[in-house]
Amino acid sequence: MTEAKKITLPLTDEVLKDLKAGDNLLLTGVIYQFRDAAHKRIVEVLDQGKSLPIDIKGAAVFYMGPSPARPGRPIGSAGPTTSGRMDSYSPRLMDEGLKVMIGKGLRSQTVKDAIVKYNGVYLGAIGGAGALIAKSIKKAEVVAYEDLGAEAIRRLEVEDFPVTVVNDSHGGDLYEEGRAKYRVTSSTT
Amino acid sequence: MREINVEDITKTVAHLFEHSCHYLTDDVLAALKQARGKEKSPVACGVLDRLLENVEIAGKEQIPMCQDTGLAIVWLEIGQEVHITGGDLYKAVNEGVRKGYDEGYLRKSVVSQPFSARVNTKDNTPADIWTDIVPGDKLKIIVMPKGGGSENMSRLTVLTPAKGRQGIIDYVVNRVSESGSNPCPPVVVGVGIGGTTEKTMMLAKKALLRKLGQPNPDAEIAELERDILRGVNNLGIGAMGYGGTITALAVHAEAFPCHIASLPVAVCLMCWCDRKGEATL
Repeated sequence: MTEAKKITLPLTDEVLKDLKAGDNLLLTGVIYQFRDAAHKRIVEVLDQGKSLPIDIKGAAVFYMGPSPARPGRPIGSAGPTTSGRMDSYSPRLMDEGLKVMIGKGLRSQTVKDAIVKYNGVYLGAIGGAGALIAKSIKKAEVVAYEDLGAEAIRRLEVEDFPVTVVNDSHGGDLYEEGRAKYRVTSSTT
Repeated sequence: MREINVEDITKTVAHLFEHSCHYLTDDVLAALKQARGKEKSPVACGVLDRLLENVEIAGKEQIPMCQDTGLAIVWLEIGQEVHITGGDLYKAVNEGVRKGYDEGYLRKSVVSQPFSARVNTKDNTPADIWTDIVPGDKLKIIVMPKGGGSENMSRLTVLTPAKGRQGIIDYVVNRVSESGSNPCPPVVVGVGIGGTTEKTMMLAKKALLRKLGQPNPDAEIAELERDILRGVNNLGIGAMGYGGTITALAVHAEAFPCHIASLPVAVCLMCWCDRKGEATL
């Protein structure tokens, strides 16, 4: 595994341009955490011409719905959910200034194109590694849509959150590149 | 007649869910370590190391391995000489789910009105409960907290009998290929063959309960499992889809006789975090 680069959020346009599919990063700073239901509501709010409850310009979103925190802990298990379910909303959010998406799993071509267009990035967190990721979350507070429970919008303060660049702003795609490298075509099946 | 009180069932179900969300069974842990030893991609090796580290943290600090602690599936193998006393069996199982998910700080991921309001039931009930009547005077309880990411990749088809063995291999390998990184590979692939459509999907899901590393006792099916596994690992998807030589930890297939006109095939994928538990009362 290549040495992980330590990165502080928010990401500047210069840093974003330098990120390449396959880079391992350790993120420190503020990220917002929300998933399906909050995306739906955010787009409804935007359609009504109202302002959002969070500042999305230059922001990072982590697609996640945690398990309940045990007493004295900021959060429970906190691994990524499947990002593809957010695909229909993501370009709209990027148009509003969202730069960084963190999750796991495949993105649509439309989202990959939007990442190039808006100089954004899609980062993969390790699916199912909820206990490990929880250790890098130092603080978590619900900042909007509390009624959505596990799907409310939380503001997370993270320290050395391990992620890997999957889709970069140059069109690089780790899922495609990684797979091509290890695919065995002379299949006997 | 041997009597079993529903209270014992509730307690056992609660414990099994809480435990299986925090600890992997020995077979899965061994399979992950073996995959780490065999994997050729350094990136995938790094992911597997993190997964093993995650398992350790989960047990030590009592944080569920994965935040998606699943929809609760429960199989009850009820001995025909068992008499269940003290209340409603299904209520007792659901009470066990409620207790386990509450006391274990597990995520409640079940919504009612699935196509409209999608309101969280707040206690992870109702569980998906299945019963089998078996000889004897014991009650075996098997649980599987099934996460959405892998479950969403399940598929069912009915092939024409002419498609045969190769048709099955192609269908399953293609399904894993399309799923890519979504089901959190390295996955366990459950395959059901034959029966009716509902039977074959249950075969695929129950195949996931078999201990990893144990081939199907039928030599012909075991050979099919090996061929599908080779095809799946040749895809190059690797751990988390970052590329690698180990896309699946195992392929488990189960077959059942079917209609002369049909060849049903079901695929049920399980993420690397292959959670399951069982107890016998």
